[in-house]
Amino acid sequence: MTDQINTYRAGPDERGHFGIFGGRFVAETLMPLILEVEKAWDAARDDPSFEEELQYYFKHYVGRPSPLYFAKRLTEHFGGAKIYFKRDELNHTGAHKINICIGQILLARRMGKTRIIAESWAGLLGVATATVCALLDLPCTIYLGSKDIERQAPNVFRMKLLGAEVKPVASGSNSLKDAMNEALRDWVANVENTFYIIGTVAGPHPYPAMVRDFQSVIGREAREQMIAAEGRIPDSLVACIGGGSNAMGLFHPFLDDPEVKIWGVEAAGLGLDTDKHAASLTGGRPGVLHGNRTYLLQDDDGQILEAHSISAGLDYPGIGPEHAWLFESGRVEYVSATDQEALEAFQLCSRLEGIIPALEPSHALAHVARIAGDLPQDHLLCMNMCGRGDKDIFTVAEALGVGL
Amino acid sequence: MSAAQDSGRIRRRFEALKEEGRGGLVTFVTAGDPDYETSREIVLGLPAAGADVIELGMPFSDPMADGPVVQAASQRALRAGMKLAKCLELVREFRAHDDDTPIVLMGYYNPIYNYGVDRFLADALAAGVDGLIVVDLPPEEDEELCLPSLKAGMNFIRLATPTTDDVRLPVVLSNTSGFVYYVSVMGITGTKSATEDAVRAAVERLRRHTDLPIGVGFGIKTPDAARAVAAVADAAVVGSAIVDRIVAGLDADGAPAPGLAGKVHDYVRELAAEVRSREESV
Repeated sequence: MTDQINTYRAGPDERGHFGIFGGRFVAETLMPLILEVEKAWDAARDDPSFEEELQYYFKHYVGRPSPLYFAKRLTEHFGGAKIYFKRDELNHTGAHKINICIGQILLARRMGKTRIIAESWAGLLGVATATVCALLDLPCTIYLGSKDIERQAPNVFRMKLLGAEVKPVASGSNSLKDAMNEALRDWVANVENTFYIIGTVAGPHPYPAMVRDFQSVIGREAREQMIAAEGRIPDSLVACIGGGSNAMGLFHPFLDDPEVKIWGVEAAGLGLDTDKHAASLTGGRPGVLHGNRTYLLQDDDGQILEAHSISAGLDYPGIGPEHAWLFESGRVEYVSATDQEALEAFQLCSRLEGIIPALEPSHALAHVARIAGDLPQDHLLCMNMCGRGDKDIFTVAEALGVGL
Repeated sequence: MSAAQDSGRIRRRFEALKEEGRGGLVTFVTAGDPDYETSREIVLGLPAAGADVIELGMPFSDPMADGPVVQAASQRALRAGMKLAKCLELVREFRAHDDDTPIVLMGYYNPIYNYGVDRFLADALAAGVDGLIVVDLPPEEDEELCLPSLKAGMNFIRLATPTTDDVRLPVVLSNTSGFVYYVSVMGITGTKSATEDAVRAAVERLRRHTDLPIGVGFGIKTPDAARAVAAVADAAVVGSAIVDRIVAGLDADGAPAPGLAGKVHDYVRELAAEVRSREESV
């Protein structure tokens, strides 16, 4: 089957399917709105004024393009591939999430929606959403698992400073998937005036494709910047994956360059041989949740399991449907890194590069640490540094046994 | 499409209600809530208490369309070891006692998908299930379960909502069978309530598009409200308010106190009495 694919960039089909993955598995109450979002997105995509508006905010508010930075000391440390970081952690609010917040909130405004809701991955999406809502004067409500509220206390305070209403979710396992359930429940009840921001490349069609398209600015910039720096495109890409939006944003513009080796790094938590991990592809199987068919962590009865990762942003039992498809088609190789490996990479990067990475991209760096030394010195490796680690210092201090 | 004959129980029940000149009562409880034995006792006693159709929830870890009451019911059932196969076992036990009352399973797609669609339909039909309501399968995903269900002789009951406009309604109704379930509020189960006028207008709108019986649910919290809804629709669906009676019958440790099932049946009797009072007022 792989031989017959002449492009990996054509998906999804008009029903939102990437192979068997994706789709629109939502309650009837939401279905008319999902179709409305799709129509609005199709129109916006073809409207030069929408693109112009998006680019204006990307440049002047987010600070795009983000630099492509040669990590010289880490390169020397591993002694192999030339390591570049795509520095989306330098974006306003400190991660790649702002890219889709600007995109989706501008779309919501075009649709005449007057209220924004989001569930927050690692608190970063919540901060980015609250930020853009403050900028564009829209009320917003952020759902956070009560477990994540503890882990992300500084971000919760930021959201409140920015004027957002933060709602703790204490149902189910009190984590991200339950916050998503609760946000969906809010949406069903307020469908007329509310736009639901999905922070990753998951959910019902058109969200996975729409979020990917907004995030693809990362890969397009990286491509141009690498050509400018080295005269050619990178040999390999590495990115961490929770739902998979930063990874899809980096990967998508390179999917049809077969010479580019692509690695996605899932969170292995305490290890894939335990029940405390968040590796949906390498430790789960196909199922249907939150509007799409994809790989899920589930028990033998089809009940969704709680994920575990030291990184709140990777702590989700599913993954975007396009990743599930790229996994089965073999175009992208999916691996994983444990909490411990991520913690080591976190410290190494801080010490050698003066960049405190978020725990999410620390997983990507953990895989870079594994492979870089064995790669030739002219190998160009581009890793997405998708978030900064200020938000994680309390978690890391606790893990290292340091009292703050 | 060559469709197998369905069990006919749903059709016969709504025909009988029409002859009696009254609306029906559809009762919802989650299978296995609070545990299998208590749930079995509750479900077996529902017809005698006045339930015309039994809607049985298949517990799911992530019930996105449900309010806190039904969410908690799912959690209790799962904690007590409920599985999809045991839901079917419960239906089998019920059918040994009652061959007339229709049973409709309601839930989410993943446990069914995980079980295997063909195997699930075969086992569910053999157990005596008459229809399915699967919240996260809109018409756009009909190939998943709706079409195989109709082909196998299983009714597929679709939800229509206030957001389903006249353009979309024919799409929603096209592969619906058994009855149409009108969700009377925008929102989740057991929270907001619709006004009588809104329900009346919605039912009239639906009747312009379909001859199928219409059940109305979400937010019917009292026997009075059930009577009002059953007076304009073909049946009132009551869920969270019944599940509340299960919660009231749990002791401090969450274990069922003696007489729990009887108290649930008492409440269903109250609902049924109100729903049936319509024939006197007409």
